[in-house]
Amino acid sequence: MKIDHSLPLEYSTEENRLKIFGFWMFLGAEIMLFATLFATYFTLENRTGNGPTGAEIFVITPVLLETFLLLTSSFTIGLGIHAMRLGRQKAMLWFFGITLALGLGFLGVEIFEFFTYAHEGAGIQTSAFTSILLTTLGTHGAHVTVGLFWGLYIMIQVKKRGLTPETGNKSFIFSLYWHFLDVVWIFIFSFIYLKGML
Amino acid sequence: MEFFERFAIPHPSFAIYASMVAAGLTLIAIIAGLTYFKKWGYLWREWLTTVDHKRIGIMYLISALLMLFRGGVDAIMMRAQLAVPDNTLLDSQHYNEIFTTHGVVMILFMAMPFIIFFMNFVVPLQIGARDVAFPRLNALSFWLFFMGAMLFNISFMVGGSPDAGWTSYFPLADGESVGSHYYMIAIQIAGIGTLLTGINFLTTILKMRAPGMTLMKMPMFTWSILITSVIIIFAFPVLTVALAFGTMDLLFGTQFFTLDNGGMAMLWANLFWVWGHPEVYILILPAFGLYSEIISTFARRNLYGYKSMVGSMVLISLLSFVVWAHHFFTMGQGAFANSIFSITTMAIAVPTGVKIFNWLLTLWKGKIEFTTPMLYSILFIPLFTLGGVTGVMLAMSAADYQYHNTMFLVAHFHNVIIPGVVFAMLAGLTYYWPKMFGFMLNERIGKWTAWLLSIGFVLAFIPMYITGLDGQARRMYTYSESTGFGPMNMVSFIGAAIMAVGFVLIVYNIYYSVRYASRDIGADPWDARTLEWATHTPVPHYNFAVTPEVASSEALWDAKKNGHQLFKGEYKKIHMPNNSGVPFIMSCVFFVWGFALIFSLWIPAIITTIAIFVFMTLRSFEIDHGHYISVEEIEDTESEMRGA
Repeated sequence: MKIDHSLPLEYSTEENRLKIFGFWMFLGAEIMLFATLFATYFTLENRTGNGPTGAEIFVITPVLLETFLLLTSSFTIGLGIHAMRLGRQKAMLWFFGITLALGLGFLGVEIFEFFTYAHEGAGIQTSAFTSILLTTLGTHGAHVTVGLFWGLYIMIQVKKRGLTPETGNKSFIFSLYWHFLDVVWIFIFSFIYLKGML
Repeated sequence: MEFFERFAIPHPSFAIYASMVAAGLTLIAIIAGLTYFKKWGYLWREWLTTVDHKRIGIMYLISALLMLFRGGVDAIMMRAQLAVPDNTLLDSQHYNEIFTTHGVVMILFMAMPFIIFFMNFVVPLQIGARDVAFPRLNALSFWLFFMGAMLFNISFMVGGSPDAGWTSYFPLADGESVGSHYYMIAIQIAGIGTLLTGINFLTTILKMRAPGMTLMKMPMFTWSILITSVIIIFAFPVLTVALAFGTMDLLFGTQFFTLDNGGMAMLWANLFWVWGHPEVYILILPAFGLYSEIISTFARRNLYGYKSMVGSMVLISLLSFVVWAHHFFTMGQGAFANSIFSITTMAIAVPTGVKIFNWLLTLWKGKIEFTTPMLYSILFIPLFTLGGVTGVMLAMSAADYQYHNTMFLVAHFHNVIIPGVVFAMLAGLTYYWPKMFGFMLNERIGKWTAWLLSIGFVLAFIPMYITGLDGQARRMYTYSESTGFGPMNMVSFIGAAIMAVGFVLIVYNIYYSVRYASRDIGADPWDARTLEWATHTPVPHYNFAVTPEVASSEALWDAKKNGHQLFKGEYKKIHMPNNSGVPFIMSCVFFVWGFALIFSLWIPAIITTIAIFVFMTLRSFEIDHGHYISVEEIEDTESEMRGA
C-alpha cells in the first residue's frame, strides 16, 4: 500500500481516494432519494383526508431543539475531523463522542415527537399527508440511527487501531454522511416544518 | 387471509403444476450433479465467492440467458393464447400474470443483467484497469440482483404472480393476492444491486482509466456505460422510494396510493415513470455503445463523428428525465402538460438520428466484413429506425388518444427494444464470446439465428401495428371472431414461433461451438480496435501484466498500424482483492428477508433484518487489504499464455 504523506490522512492512499469519490457518488443517489421524498411530500401535503393538517400538529419547540442538536453535531464532527488531521486521536474521539451524543439527543426528541403525533391521531395510516410526513422524517431518522451505530464502530476502531490511513478514511467518510444528514434536515426544517406552520 | 391460504396459487393450471415439477427436477439434478462430480468446493471457491469482474460478468450473462428463456416462454404462451379468436388456452387471471411477469422479467431480469454483464466484462478491460473500483461491492450487486430475480421467479409457484402489468398501477395492484407484494419487494432487492453497480462503474470509469486515456479518448462503449451509470444513480433511487411506498401501502396500510384519505394513485404512475423512462435509456445507450464498437471494427474504419456520438448520448440522457409523462397522455393531465411532454419526447429523435447517421457514415466507404455481430448491427439500423418513427407517431399527444393502450404501442416498444437492445446483446455476445471462453461461436449458425430473429420479429410485431390501429386493445386476453383480428394474430404467433427457433439455435450454437470450434484463435480474432483485445485470451485474472499507455480512442489499432507502444516497462507486483463469501451469504439472507416480508411473516423478517445489520457491522470491523501477485507468478502466467 503506497501512502502519500503530502495529502491529508484520509486521501493518502489510492484506495482511500477511490472510496471517498465513490461515497460522493453514493451521496448523489441519496440526494435523489430525499428529493423524491420531498417531491412526494409537496404533492401530498394538502391531501389530509379526515386527518389533521401540518399546522395542527407541528410544534416549534421540539423542532428547534432537534435543529439545534443536529446543527451543533455537524459542527463538532467538523472539529473531530480537524483533530484527526492534526493527529490528535484523543481530541478526535471526544468530538466524535459529542457528535454521537447530540445525534442521540436528536433522535430522542424525534421519537418523543412521533409519540405526540400518534397521540394526536396522526399515525402513518391516517392520511396521505401523515404517511409521507412520517415516512420522510422516518427515513431521515433511520439514517441518523444507522449513523449512530456506524460512528460508534469507527470510534472503537480508532481507539483500537489508532489513526491510520484506513481509520482516517472511514472517519472522514462518516463525517460526509453526517454533514449530509444535516443538510437534509435543513430542508425538512424549512420546507416541512416552517412552511407547514406559516 | 388464513395463514396457509397465502401460499396457495390463486389460479392454478396444468401449466403451473408442470413447471413446478420441472423446477423441482432441475433443482434435484443440479444438487445431485454437483455432489456426484464433487464440484461444491469448486463452485464455492471459484464462483460464489469470486470478486473478479470477469467472473461476475459471466454469472450475470448466465442469469440473463436463463431469464431470456423464462420471459420467452411467457411470450410464446401469450401469442399462442391470442393466435385464434375466443381461445381458452389460458384463463384471464393466468394471462394477466403472464404479461406482467413477461414485462418485468424481460426488462429487469433479462435486459438489465445482460447490460451489466457487458459492463462488468468489458469496461475494466477497455479502460486498462485491473478490476472495478469496489470489487466486493460488485459481488454484492450481483448477488442482490440474483436473489431478487429468484424471489420474483418463485412467485408463480408460491402464492401467485403479480397480475397488474409490469407498471403495476395502483389501485389495480391492491395486494389482494401476494403477487403485488412479490413485485414490490423482489424488484427492490434487485434494484439496490443495480444502484450499487451504477456507483461502482461511475467511480471505476472516472478514476481508474489507463494513463493517457482522457475522457475524449475513451472507447464509445465505455462512454455509453459512463452515461448509463449516471442515469442509474439518478433514476434508481426514485424506484427505491416508489417501491417502498408501494410496499408500505400493501403491508402497513399507509395511504400513498389509496383512493381515499388523500391517497393519490397517479403519484405511483409519475414516480414509476420518472424511473421507468430513463430505464429504457439505461438499456439502449449501452446497446448503442456496443453497436459503435462493432460497426467500426467490421467496417474497418474509425467511428464517424466521435464527438457528436458523445454529445448525442449526453443529450439523450438529459432528455430521458423530462419525458416521463408521455406514458399517460390520456390520463387527464391537461393539454398544456401534454404539449410540453410531447415536444420533449419528439426532441429525443434528434440526437438518436445523429447516432444513426454516424453509423451509416461509418459504413460509408468502409470495407464491410459481414460477420455475425456485424449482421445484427446492419439489421438493427432499419428495424430500429422503424421503431423510432412509430415512437414519434406516439409522441404526438393528440394522436395518442387513438393509439394508447392498443397493440400499436406494444409493437412500438418491442420494435425499439428487440432490434435495439436484444440484437445488440446478441451481437455483443458473439463479439465478446472468444474473449470470454477462448473460442468463436459458429458463424454459419450465428447468421441463421440473426436472420430467423429478424424475420420472426417482423412477422410477430408488424401485424400488431395494424391490429392496434384497428383497435385491438393490449392486455386483452381474448377477442371475438367478428373483430377480424384473428388472421393477423395468427401471423404474429408464427413470427413468435420463428423467434423461438432462433433463440433455441443460440443454445445449439453454444453446444456446437463448445464441441467443434478451434481453440487456436489468439488474443485478437476480429482484428479489433480497442484495449480489451490487447490482453491474452482467456484473460488472466489480473487483466494486464503491465498497465497499458493509451494515446487515442482506438488504442490497439494505433498499436497495430501506427506502431504505438502499448505496454512499456517491467512487471511489478500486482495488488488484487481477496475473495469473500459474505456478499453471497448476505444476499441469501436478503432473499429470506424478502420472502418473509412478502408473506407478512414478521418474526423471520425481524431476525433477517437484524442479521443484515450484523453483516454490515462485521464488514465495518473487518480488515482486508487484499493480496499481491508476485513478479515471478506474473512471469510464469505470461510465458504460459504466450506459449499456448
